[in-house]
Amino acid sequence: MDGGADKEHCFVVEARMALPNEYFAGRTGSRFLTALRDEKRILGVRCPSCGMTFVPPREYCERCWSKIAENWVELEKEGEIVAHTVVRYEDRHLPKKPPYILALIQLKGADTPFPHIVEGVDPAYVFPGMAVRAVFAKVPVNTLMGIDHFEPL
Amino acid sequence: MGRKRKNRNAAIVGIGQTVYSSHREDQNQVEMVHEAVRNALDDAGLAVGDVDCIVHGNMELFEMQFQPDLWHSLGLGALGKDVFRITTGGTTGSSLVCAADNLVASGLYDTVLAVGMQKLQEGNTTGGITNMSDPLWFRNMQTGALSGTSAQAVIGEFGEERGRRAAIHYRIMMDNHAMLNPRAHRKLGLTYERADELMKTSARLVGDLRLIHMCSQSDGACAVVVASEEAARRAKTPPVWIRDHVEVHREETFTNLFGFVRPETTQRYAARKLFGRNGITDPVKYFDVFEMYDPSAWWGLAWLREFLLLEGDAHLRMLEEGKFDLDGDLPVNPSGGVIATNPIGATAMLRVAEAAMQIRGDAGEHQVAGGVRHALASGFGGTFWTALIMLEKDLEWEMP
Repeated sequence: MDGGADKEHCFVVEARMALPNEYFAGRTGSRFLTALRDEKRILGVRCPSCGMTFVPPREYCERCWSKIAENWVELEKEGEIVAHTVVRYEDRHLPKKPPYILALIQLKGADTPFPHIVEGVDPAYVFPGMAVRAVFAKVPVNTLMGIDHFEPL
Repeated sequence: MGRKRKNRNAAIVGIGQTVYSSHREDQNQVEMVHEAVRNALDDAGLAVGDVDCIVHGNMELFEMQFQPDLWHSLGLGALGKDVFRITTGGTTGSSLVCAADNLVASGLYDTVLAVGMQKLQEGNTTGGITNMSDPLWFRNMQTGALSGTSAQAVIGEFGEERGRRAAIHYRIMMDNHAMLNPRAHRKLGLTYERADELMKTSARLVGDLRLIHMCSQSDGACAVVVASEEAARRAKTPPVWIRDHVEVHREETFTNLFGFVRPETTQRYAARKLFGRNGITDPVKYFDVFEMYDPSAWWGLAWLREFLLLEGDAHLRMLEEGKFDLDGDLPVNPSGGVIATNPIGATAMLRVAEAAMQIRGDAGEHQVAGGVRHALASGFGGTFWTALIMLEKDLEWEMP
């Protein structure tokens, strides 16, 4: 017993795991993405009993179990940064070339923040409460990247 | 042989299934899970607040998503509850029911919700399974359900003609059953007149395993509510008692450890152990229905002998004589089984759910006539993991 200090003659066998997949957004998620892409509108759903507004939308309120999928509300394209970090490492799965600011953004009228990218500001000057607005993608995109990024007001 | 001691009885009081299909684009994973949960609670006449604990699972990596349980909690009704994730490959659905049984029977929780799900269309199942093994190391060879070994064994023992005819007979019988089940995913309308043609024309997968013999790839979820005897009396549906269950696992394939001497199958071991400790000497006579996890027609055929503790060609004779038909002595898979419907993480739970529906007598068109009092359900997963669960209509046995 050497506590694992002796690593002589210990092989590391290389493996390569591939994870190809697709992802079904569902009917509710699809409506959200379509509105983003085709109408440049950000939609959420409001729970009539809790009063919570969820963005991105969901079929049921996980708190009170009301069905809320058809309770669409349009949100403003502006909101504020709740929290943020800076992505500095590069990887194939990332949506942008680092470094970039990844922030939780709460839109006006929404109760749930969602993650997106902030551009047009030095990371050193980003602060919680900073007002930002959505900048939509110039070409149609079928994901949350239909909003290309947020920028300071 | 060891006995399991239950502190109290546990019963299935709610069953919820989703629509099964090759693609569920209309729902994301959370929404699909929620459909099953909602249906199970509605069936039981319970509210989400009545649930104390949730056990949830799917087959790892088949959606290529790490820890899906975190996301699924939104649809499970998990807010503020104890939640466990269980993943035992194809066996997951039955392991979830076994866990729910243990959690209730131990006295720790009164009402446990068990939820199994899979969205096979979202991921890459072969990728997931291939990553289990390293063929040159002692991480054993894995094929999942796609294996030619059972066909080879049946043909080796009973000959090409009888073996192939029995497998296609089994397959057509399953499709006949699936045609009666409104929830079954694949319903092909096969007839016994087509047996000769199918045996020749269906695409070969491995050896004598052909596409027609093989289980489906489905999207779907299943949920069951397991409650203590006291809590079960509050549900609106009649309780289906979980009498006992056993789970057996062996980590090897028979050729590399045992040479060419085949060990006792985990199916036979599970049956021997479960029936032995419950005093059941003739399972064919005792059980009124058997919902078996049959990954292919060949495996279904071979395992009938194991689970029912039969010898020689008794299982083939029973099949040939129609004893496993919906109106036979021991109907097997009135639902159409796994070959018809296979959302893997839910598949083994479907066996239990369908067996419980048979006991309740509300299975619909695929209901076994004459009343079902004793039902058997099995689960299967990679590296010969086997689960076997006994369900009863009446509380009339002596608790071990």
